[in-house]
Amino acid sequence: MNKKQINNILIWFSAIVLIILIMTPGLWVVLTAFRPQVDVMAKPAVWIPRNLNLIQFETMLFGGSEGSMGRSPIPVLSYLRNSLIISFTSTFIAVLVGTIGGYGFARHNFKHKNKYFLLIMLTRTIPGISLSLPIFIIFSKIGLIDTHIGIILVFVALNIPFTVWLTDGFFRQIPRAMSEVAMTDGCTKLQAFWHIELPLSRSGIASAGIFAFLISWNEYALVSNLARSTDSKTLTVGLMDFTAQFTINWPGMCALAVFIIIPALILTFMVQKHLVTGLTFGGVKG
Amino acid sequence: MAKVSLQGVSKFYGKVQAVRKIDLEIIDKEFLVLVGPSGCGKSSSLRMIAGLEEIDEGIIKIGDKEMNNLEPRERNVSMVFQNYALYPHMTVEENLGFSLKIAGLAKKEIEERVHEAAGILDITEFLQRKPSQLSGGQRQRVAMGRAIVRRPDVFLFDEPLSNLDAKLRNQMRTEIKRLHQKVSTTIVYVTHDQVEAMTLADRIVIMKDGIIEQIGTPLDLFERPATKFVATFIGSPSMNMIKASIVKQNNELSMKTNDGIIVPVPKDKQNSVSEGQSISFGFRAEDIVPLKFGQKPSSAWEMKSSVNLAEPLGTETLIFTNFGEIEIVSRMFTPEQVKSNDVLDFALNLDRTYLFDENSGLAI
Repeated sequence: MNKKQINNILIWFSAIVLIILIMTPGLWVVLTAFRPQVDVMAKPAVWIPRNLNLIQFETMLFGGSEGSMGRSPIPVLSYLRNSLIISFTSTFIAVLVGTIGGYGFARHNFKHKNKYFLLIMLTRTIPGISLSLPIFIIFSKIGLIDTHIGIILVFVALNIPFTVWLTDGFFRQIPRAMSEVAMTDGCTKLQAFWHIELPLSRSGIASAGIFAFLISWNEYALVSNLARSTDSKTLTVGLMDFTAQFTINWPGMCALAVFIIIPALILTFMVQKHLVTGLTFGGVKG
Repeated sequence: MAKVSLQGVSKFYGKVQAVRKIDLEIIDKEFLVLVGPSGCGKSSSLRMIAGLEEIDEGIIKIGDKEMNNLEPRERNVSMVFQNYALYPHMTVEENLGFSLKIAGLAKKEIEERVHEAAGILDITEFLQRKPSQLSGGQRQRVAMGRAIVRRPDVFLFDEPLSNLDAKLRNQMRTEIKRLHQKVSTTIVYVTHDQVEAMTLADRIVIMKDGIIEQIGTPLDLFERPATKFVATFIGSPSMNMIKASIVKQNNELSMKTNDGIIVPVPKDKQNSVSEGQSISFGFRAEDIVPLKFGQKPSSAWEMKSSVNLAEPLGTETLIFTNFGEIEIVSRMFTPEQVKSNDVLDFALNLDRTYLFDENSGLAI
């Protein structure tokens, strides 16, 4: 064996170890969702699943059947509805506002532009959870606790800086001449944006949208403070419904986790495609 | 009909004044080339005509209409950019038809005009392709097609050939000239390449540091440069330029270089210079000839110098030699072998020697 082969083997070996490390918890969640409680609690752990079932999913979605653990019905469908409303609305607003912001930063010069940009980015350095108390106090005073609007507002604020940053980068990649030629071609500024720059930056906007959606969809800490009932609790917060005073329904919780992961997973694959594809500028030199 | 006039036009970028109160009248159907080194204000001027830059001072008119406060789309100009700026998400046909679609023309008319333009530029077979599937020259043609399809009053070209390789550049240059003959519309063309300017232009505007150095036909500029800058900028290789001061010798004014070489002031300039004046004198490579291989001019000044380097180019040979300490170029049209270190007699044609005042840079 020569040096190169040894190198290859080492690389593959460490890659596999790394993948196992990363994948195992996720895999364990998925496995647990399909297992009876006995297997889940067994010591030593049962690594190779013996019998798998869908009881947790049936209970979760259709209100339970004989032999399932989670007898107290958890309003998963309400949570799903809340999650969908909150995630989609906040993503839509964040992408709309963020894209306009990103375009502004990419295309217009104004005083202290770099400082403003830095300021917007700095908001990302504050850990979201540290804002939960001030947000809670403000929201309780203006009656936004336990409402969709309140949570949507928080997510919009959380996602705009990132969207601005990402779309700014994409707009910058589009040569200015593109919109200038459109304007001499008879477009207003808005038409040039709509017909030329927007279509050209759509993968950037799509990526921004998917990221914003995932952040909203997966957020737990802030929503767990702001959501108090089925009126606004999201799926992630709903996970805590599986804990009782003395027991935790692990299979049930994992089933819901799987339920949450699926859309996130699908979207992640879409991100990957967009990020890998990037933009191809056939219209300019190169 | 579509003359363009700039009256006292200025452009500032922050505190930097890129264009300084320039006045320029572009005649209808004229091919006018703005040329100059980078940062001379030529692109800014073009972009102000297009409406892509604010006019900070002065007035720009197209026809008789003031353009200052009109949007680019209201000016009926077409611009061709250096990087083509084709819309990458549209086919060639959609690229060409885009402006007509925005203008709200009927589908049938759009199609007709697109095909007409495609015919003129010989790109009909690419109509269904995307820009990324075209070569550089084809993209350039599409960019021009997109400009002519609108039938604008004025074409604006912003260094359209600088992204192409040398061979393609020559070819496209000819096509642009041919296009101008076909569509006969006013063209304002910006380039930093003096060869492009010389070959394309009806008139050339030479700019430097935001001001116009000289306006004239290519031959005007070549034969009668108004400033030292114009003299060195136009022509290839550039004009040899040597600093000197005027001295009196044998009752005749002469030019004494820093190395002490004394050359008589040409007869027709004797009365235009005065003793002690700092000047530069310039002469083109073909106006200093090796006597062995050329004809001695009627009014000649001779010197002996050794060859540093010779560049045979086929029809001509460039000989690099020294004039005192300064290296100059001589061009000979005889196909003879010249080697480094050959010592030759050179004759400078005094009738074709240009004098420039060193302080003002103006021609004497």
